[in-house]
Amino acid sequence: MPGPAPHDRMRPEGRRNSQGIRVDPEAEATHEPRQAVLSALVKHRPGVLAEVSGLFSRRQFNIESLTVGPTSDESIARMTILIEEPQPGIEQAKKQLQKLVPVVSVMELEPEALRRELALIKVGGEKPDDVNAVAEMYDGQAVDASTDSVTVEITGSKQKIDAAVAAFEQFDVQEIVRTGAAALERGPKTLEKHD
Amino acid sequence: MSERASVPKEDEQSTDQDEAAADDEQAPVTTGAQSVVRALENAGAEYVFGVQGGAIMPVYDALYDSDITHVTMAHEQGASHAADAYGIVSGEPGVCFATSGPGATNLVTGIADANMDSDPLIALTGQVPTEFVGNDAFQETDTVGITQPVTKESYFASHSDTVGDDVSEAFALADAGRQGPTLVDLPKDVTQGETDVEPKAPETPDTYEVPEEADDEAVQEAAEVISDAERPVILAGGGVIKANASNALREFAMEYEVPVITTMPGIGSFPEDHELSLEWAGMHGTGYANLAITNTDCMLAIGTRFDDRLTGGVDSFAPDADIVHVDIDPAEISKNVYADYPLIGDAREVLRQLFDAMPRAPDADEWREQCQTWKQEYPMSYEMPDDEPLKPQYVVEHFSAVTDEDTIVCTGVGQHQMWASQFWEYTEPRTWVSSHGLGTMGYGVPAAIGAKLAAPDQEVVCFDGDGSFLMTVQGLSVAVREQLDITYVILNNEAVGMVRQWQDGFYEGRRMASEYPWIPQFDKLAEAFGAAGFRLEDYENVEETIAAAREYDGPSVIDAHIDPGENVFPMVPSGGDNGLFALNEDHLDEI
Ligand SMILES: Cc1ncc(C[n+]2csc(CCOP(=O)(O)OP(=O)(O)O)c2C)c(N)n1
Repeated sequence: MPGPAPHDRMRPEGRRNSQGIRVDPEAEATHEPRQAVLSALVKHRPGVLAEVSGLFSRRQFNIESLTVGPTSDESIARMTILIEEPQPGIEQAKKQLQKLVPVVSVMELEPEALRRELALIKVGGEKPDDVNAVAEMYDGQAVDASTDSVTVEITGSKQKIDAAVAAFEQFDVQEIVRTGAAALERGPKTLEKHD
Repeated sequence: MSERASVPKEDEQSTDQDEAAADDEQAPVTTGAQSVVRALENAGAEYVFGVQGGAIMPVYDALYDSDITHVTMAHEQGASHAADAYGIVSGEPGVCFATSGPGATNLVTGIADANMDSDPLIALTGQVPTEFVGNDAFQETDTVGITQPVTKESYFASHSDTVGDDVSEAFALADAGRQGPTLVDLPKDVTQGETDVEPKAPETPDTYEVPEEADDEAVQEAAEVISDAERPVILAGGGVIKANASNALREFAMEYEVPVITTMPGIGSFPEDHELSLEWAGMHGTGYANLAITNTDCMLAIGTRFDDRLTGGVDSFAPDADIVHVDIDPAEISKNVYADYPLIGDAREVLRQLFDAMPRAPDADEWREQCQTWKQEYPMSYEMPDDEPLKPQYVVEHFSAVTDEDTIVCTGVGQHQMWASQFWEYTEPRTWVSSHGLGTMGYGVPAAIGAKLAAPDQEVVCFDGDGSFLMTVQGLSVAVREQLDITYVILNNEAVGMVRQWQDGFYEGRRMASEYPWIPQFDKLAEAFGAAGFRLEDYENVEETIAAAREYDGPSVIDAHIDPGENVFPMVPSGGDNGLFALNEDHLDEI
């Protein structure tokens, strides 16, 4: 009675890739990871950071940085989240984020959006003039100096800060602190509170 | 056919006194706890399942004066499962209570279970007074932190004036859109604190928007694709039942003659005795459903999240199919399986839209014939040699045959759960109550309690495993106290059988920690609890034992000693190809 054994059964030719997308032989669909900047408005209340960061770790999204700060509306905070994922993962992250109850709205920023990071770099105080010269190369400035150390502040893109940090290596770096990125769309576009 | 199991709007046993009380003006709210209870009353809660304790005591005290019926459970895990099952059967959020610390942590399994299956549930937990929060006080746990990943939202109530609003909102949220669990953590000072603020009407938070109808153009496009299909199928998930869309599904499928496959949570959304039904697909689904999934060229998937137990490996899942995916939760679209035609909206609304938009029925005579051939070739069957010990499938099949179609079946988790889904014939929504996404052993005993209270006029049967039953056996005391007419059938193989099956299939038969030859005599155990106990060992007695257990007015337990060698087939190994299901152990070596 039992019908044909496993490999003798009717079956189609097609297949899907690991992301569940049907593989079209003419246009094989593969998605390489890319970086995305997500910007989210969230209700400013206790626990939202835990809720958002918990979502990202639980769903295994590859997160690069996450920053939070107040907005002009004191009941709303803004989060900037950098993730690196294939396109379907980025879409998922957006949708899952939007689903959280305290999240008001979510948007992925255009690649040309303004992105800024801040770094404070503390180096040995032996050559303050040289330190200053390097800081100026990166539009930074010394914000604190003592006989033993100089602390420099640099603002800019991640690449610029990476380069600055590398340049300061020559001065016996004692400590570095970096924020994650804060980002805003260029032009008049804003992230609506409800959309 | 009713979309909902019958939940009586009025408590039939209500006394004159109760009625008199209901006629009275409601007493004004004077404490946070009373505001909590008022919020539950406003939301229409009829039952609360819970266990007392220090931090929740003020709320219990307020419940003393309420018409809401409290069902004291023997363990908080049972409270959350009973509330979950109540939610599945009634369609309204089930409510459970627990105290802080261990009470709250004991609820977590049931909350996580409800979350995976999108069951409407609201959990209220006591918490230490606000001033002690964060100090590792006696019976303190970070309940919001623990439950956040397994709820739609967990609230920490911060003030007596707003605690009622928190509960109202949590209740509304549990029920809205894609249903699911919510929790409100209630510090004792907040519930004890004075307030005269009446809670607001239940309303979802302003950031929570639920789509209703899908975009018309997208619907039109999808309808064309379905009409053009040569090998169409409908895949109906649990969301169809949640959206009360079973009737709409039936109308659509029958009008356009599209074969219907359900997921396991979707069981009951379409009558299994109908010609177009291929029953359910997935790891232990029917061979014909799995073959249809593999060979379809167009799948209308409704209210399913494409769980891996359904899809097997995604690379081989419906590899030729255009997928039209209907879901109320945008985050489900293309999460596991890419949706070529996403339709975001309420399943019932979207089915109606699709129904109207279909230009014609698909031309699929040959395909339907093919599906019928598969039904002939791969029937759900089992071998039943006369001299062998009792086969579990026989017990399920026989029970199914003697009961009405609105009988509700609950289960634990394991082989018995699979047999209960394979060999019972389901025709009505909300008659299949099981733990799918989380796969929680111990679900059955308390779930049957919640189901029976939600549908007191319907027969309730629970198929359980010996392992699963032991995990929540204390719930039997509740069924006895409440005199709930439930028939528990333990398909007893003296093992955690599903584990043993995998050990035999994939671990060279090394049966580590899977055999339970020391289990109690369940019939005697049942009697010790005050239930009726029966022992069943051979075919001759199946009929009379089932009849006697059903006749007994109150909880009864049939300890059915089944063939311990019996395994569940068909089977698609984890991550495998649905079309290559194994019908027996030999096939497993081939695939
Ligand atoms: C709480 C919990 N613990 C462990 C498991 C892993 N597990 C899945 S099925 C199963 C066997 C269940 O045994 P039993 O309830 O006796 O049912 P049977 O398979 O024998 O029918 C086990 C241990 C689980 N699903 N849930």
